[in-house]
Amino acid sequence: MIPAIVVFIYLAAVLYIGIFAFRRSKGKEKAEDYFLANRSLGPFVFLFSLFGTNMTAFAILGSSGHAFSNGIVTFGLMASSSGLVIPLTIFLIGTRVWALGKKYGFMTPVQMFRDRWECSHIGTVIFVVQAVLLLPYIIIGIMGGGTTLNTISGGMVPYWFGGAIVAMVVMSYVFFGGMRGTAWVNTFQTVLFLLFGAVALIVIGASMGGFRNAAQAMQASPAFSSLLTRERISPLYFFSYTFIPLSAIAFPHILIFCLTARKMNQFKKTVIFYPLCILAIWLPCVFLGVMANRATDIPQIRARQEARRVLATQGKTMSPEARDDLREKAAGDDVIMLLLQRYAPLWLAGLLGAGIMAAVMATDSQILALSTMFTEDVFAFYGGKRRFGEAVQVRTGRVFIVLITMVAYAIALRAPETIFELAIQYAFSGYAALSPLLVAALFWKGSTKWGALAATVWVALAVVAVAVFQHAVPAPAPGPPTLVWSLGGTEVLSRTPGGTAVFGFMPVVPMVLVSALLMFIVSLITSKPKQTTIAKYFSS
Amino acid sequence: MKRILLVVAVVALYALHQDFWFWRTAHPLVFGFVPIGLFYQACFSVAASLLMWLLVKFAWPGHLEREIAQSESEEEGAR
Repeated sequence: MIPAIVVFIYLAAVLYIGIFAFRRSKGKEKAEDYFLANRSLGPFVFLFSLFGTNMTAFAILGSSGHAFSNGIVTFGLMASSSGLVIPLTIFLIGTRVWALGKKYGFMTPVQMFRDRWECSHIGTVIFVVQAVLLLPYIIIGIMGGGTTLNTISGGMVPYWFGGAIVAMVVMSYVFFGGMRGTAWVNTFQTVLFLLFGAVALIVIGASMGGFRNAAQAMQASPAFSSLLTRERISPLYFFSYTFIPLSAIAFPHILIFCLTARKMNQFKKTVIFYPLCILAIWLPCVFLGVMANRATDIPQIRARQEARRVLATQGKTMSPEARDDLREKAAGDDVIMLLLQRYAPLWLAGLLGAGIMAAVMATDSQILALSTMFTEDVFAFYGGKRRFGEAVQVRTGRVFIVLITMVAYAIALRAPETIFELAIQYAFSGYAALSPLLVAALFWKGSTKWGALAATVWVALAVVAVAVFQHAVPAPAPGPPTLVWSLGGTEVLSRTPGGTAVFGFMPVVPMVLVSALLMFIVSLITSKPKQTTIAKYFSS
Repeated sequence: MKRILLVVAVVALYALHQDFWFWRTAHPLVFGFVPIGLFYQACFSVAASLLMWLLVKFAWPGHLEREIAQSESEEEGAR
């Protein structure tokens, strides 16, 4: 119970920071102050809050859970590729968007697209697709909150109640503090979970009697040695994952965050330190996730390993429902929590639990971003701001925050997928495929609104198609994928245990490439915006 | 020339991420417990940070900031 009390104290502290930010706000009824902290964030807050915004439950729970089942490959799949691609896109795209926002007063990506391509309703289509894709990200946070509080309290706080508490706390400080509150809380949280990784590694390592013996024992065991290599994942799948981090800059909450910097110089530290921050968080989590396989004195871990074993040996003869059930039992999203409970002293488990909560609660920025987008791209754009004024616009944003949190919570209670799968399959792939819009808007004079529309519609259809396909064709047992369509002996479409493969790649690869191609071809054959508009974006 | 070298460095680092040469082996265990494949990817992250430092130093889009400063001073002048 002590860890749960520490976590509740942490939640209270976070709530206080959000409300304190509300008191510090100078223009409570001004949209730019509430949604963008008046474009005034300093270098330290900018670096940590931007990084924290990108680190969700996924970073700690998802990474260690994935590593528990798949081994060290998890780090190369998501962390190191993100360490290159994300800062690179912030450097190339984030700085330019910041400059345009400062110059022309943009507060959302859709505002920029509408101006850049002289469009109105096409902007609304982009808003809808962005909003629908952002929702899973928010759900992940609430699901992670429920799982974490449930595990930390030893089952005393049920999953539904844990999720409700996290949803309420996040909703409250976003409601009151807006971007300023969110940024301060994110900074506090990032510092916490940067400390988390190192402390967890040292404490658990010492309690397990050092990692040397554990690693050597795993290497000697035929059942576990593959977890220390990458043989469970194909090189094509590994390559596909480098496309996923393209989603970061296309996520509206990241792009909107780029608008909050006081000066462009603040991007410098963010870009340079981003890969190191990822390293500091992911390396311990992935390593601990792999090492959790040696903690067989923990009954829950033994149960997960047994489920994994049964799935591998008897999965082929089971019904799809039984396989899904076993897959859920084998998922290790809570292994890091179990390690803490077993190997860390109670008070430290509480502190470390708070660190995990910090990562879990990064959903705040997504909620605020959705609210900003709704009030700017829909409410203000369709005349609400002109008719009712800016104060009503901010109030509308706050009501929207309450509504969206309630919807996300309701879905989180029913969603059956593991945290990791849900995030990857829908939100990340969809946003990665929207990134060509940003590149075209900022770097290609010849891009048009019709190109943007074609790419956006493609992304929406592709996400739906993947979801329908995976629903219609059940996931096979671990091993070779189920071939659904081949052409001249080449595998075109197959259902893998973890999702879908197109020519052996994850769907994100064709999604991004076709999106870019459509943007290019349709722009070539449609009329361009006026020269004066293009000159605004390509003056130098 | 400087820009070309930086583009080459970015592409080379991206290619180096696909380290198929450590795919099926955990040997050697660095420090006695870190599989070589994981150690390599950790070093890759450090290299990415160094590359970002190079980009910031040699390809920083300072003209964007100057444009804003100029338009702000023009606005103030107009007032």
